[in-house]
Amino acid sequence: MTKSDNVIVVKGLKKSYGQNEVLKGVNFTVKRGSMLALLGPNGAGKTTTVRILSTLLAYDSGSVQVEDYDAHQEADKVRRVIGLTGQSAAVDELLTGRENLVMMGQLYRLTKNSAAARAQELLEEFDLVDAADRPAKTYSGGMRRRLDLAVSLIASPPIIFLDEPTTGLDPRSRIAMWDIIKSLMAGGTTILLTTQYLEEADQLADQIVVIDGGKVIAEGTAKELKSKVGKDRLELLFKAEKHYTAACELLSKAIVDSNDKEHSLTLIINDTNKDVKDVLEKLSDKNIPVESIVVHKPTLDDVFLSLTGKQTQTAKVEEQ
Amino acid sequence: MAVELVFQKRPKPIQAMLDAFIMIKRSSRHILRNTDQLLGTFFQPIMFLVLFAAVFGGAISKALPEGVSYLNFLMAGIIVQTVAFGSTTTAIAVCNDLQKGIIDRFRSLPMNNLAVLSGHVISDVFRNGISTIVMLLTGLLIGFRSHASVTDWLIIAGILLLFTLAFSWLAAIMGVLAKSVEGVQWMSFVIVFPLTFASSAFVPTEDMNSVLRAFAENQPITQIVEAVRALILGNPIGDYGWLAAAWCIGILIVAVPLASWLFRRQSSR
Repeated sequence: MTKSDNVIVVKGLKKSYGQNEVLKGVNFTVKRGSMLALLGPNGAGKTTTVRILSTLLAYDSGSVQVEDYDAHQEADKVRRVIGLTGQSAAVDELLTGRENLVMMGQLYRLTKNSAAARAQELLEEFDLVDAADRPAKTYSGGMRRRLDLAVSLIASPPIIFLDEPTTGLDPRSRIAMWDIIKSLMAGGTTILLTTQYLEEADQLADQIVVIDGGKVIAEGTAKELKSKVGKDRLELLFKAEKHYTAACELLSKAIVDSNDKEHSLTLIINDTNKDVKDVLEKLSDKNIPVESIVVHKPTLDDVFLSLTGKQTQTAKVEEQ
Repeated sequence: MAVELVFQKRPKPIQAMLDAFIMIKRSSRHILRNTDQLLGTFFQPIMFLVLFAAVFGGAISKALPEGVSYLNFLMAGIIVQTVAFGSTTTAIAVCNDLQKGIIDRFRSLPMNNLAVLSGHVISDVFRNGISTIVMLLTGLLIGFRSHASVTDWLIIAGILLLFTLAFSWLAAIMGVLAKSVEGVQWMSFVIVFPLTFASSAFVPTEDMNSVLRAFAENQPITQIVEAVRALILGNPIGDYGWLAAAWCIGILIVAVPLASWLFRRQSSR
């Protein structure tokens, strides 16, 4: 049997805890060698979805196929082809980094020599050689996450689940983690990542599934999602008040926002290259000098806000 | 990738045993690296043995049969008590695994998940073995003498092995059910303390009131203590040997599947 191109197929997935319906019919597909980001706020159902996909949790209805195996009925076969990095770094704190890797490798059915060689390779790759023989409890948060990810890669599974791999990491560790994830993608691993950070999904994923309240509310590439929300905006700033007023009169039709104090005005533009040039030409024809111009592209934050009516984690942090 | 990965395919039962072996290694490393617990393994039994012998020895020796010193009488009881209390270690280890994310990791691997439990239980047997040897050596230093033959000692070892396994599997159940490590300690205290004290571990049961005596003489700890004691003192073992074995095997028959079932249920939430 040739393997199908769709590595993960989720159809009509439902899961309830008692009265609480956590997943209300989730559908998505992950193509071989691609990365899909499940994006959503806390409590959206991201972790539940990952726990079901990684065989930790049974589901109520729908179907969940990983490499054509049912994630619940054929859990054993699924476990051979997946690696899981959960939210809480799941490493054994009393064992050293190396011992963790070798032990997990052996539990993946690797031979002892194979596990040891692969452990050394991963320690080097993840910059953990110096700490390799120290107990994991002495590791920093970033090191622990790296070890955790290394552990899930010990048997080089073709599918990796990353459940909020950078939540709680400092910016430097986050970027280091992104680099590691990017190199995994370059190696052809199929990845499903969950995140609350739009920037992360934007940076890494081929395909984004926005999930909220147990339902998929939008799906597409970062570019497609952004274009759903809005067009680019052009912000013009003028030094002198008379130039500002003149520009306001000239461009009145297209203006969506203006600020008399700062002498700035904002236009909606459809075709960025052409429209910016047109506007600037119009202004220079009338001898109106422009102090500065800025083109705002819609961010995933805008996408998220318009889809869910809620702010994202990053937007909240920026506000504070 | 530079390293070539070699996977081994073995029959399921053999793989399950290897998984258990890997987990025993893990749990044993935990015991060796957890210095506080390691101190407990060595010093708690010494402390109990010396204190009980010194504090109760004078008063209780009058109630003992002619020619039996309290230290010789106490040895069986203190070993059984140490094992019973020591089983808490299994409960704590199981509880810790369940509270932390590591159990999800194990469950996402193509391994036999029950190896996590058997790893803790069996490493606990090793730890209890060390505690027992430490106590016997300490006892010898302060005047403990035994009439047991090598065969007797082998039977004693067998009974204690069964008893440790039985109690550690019971403790595994507690570890699964408890919500926190503090909960484990509380639960084991409430269960193990009455069981060991309302038994013949430290005092003969003859002077207890009738209700307590009926309980003490029919509960498992007493059977095990009496079996070990008879062998140590060179007395006839009577029914205690098979009663002790029956209790332990009975507990195992119930506790192993129950602990496994609870563990599977708890960890798949």
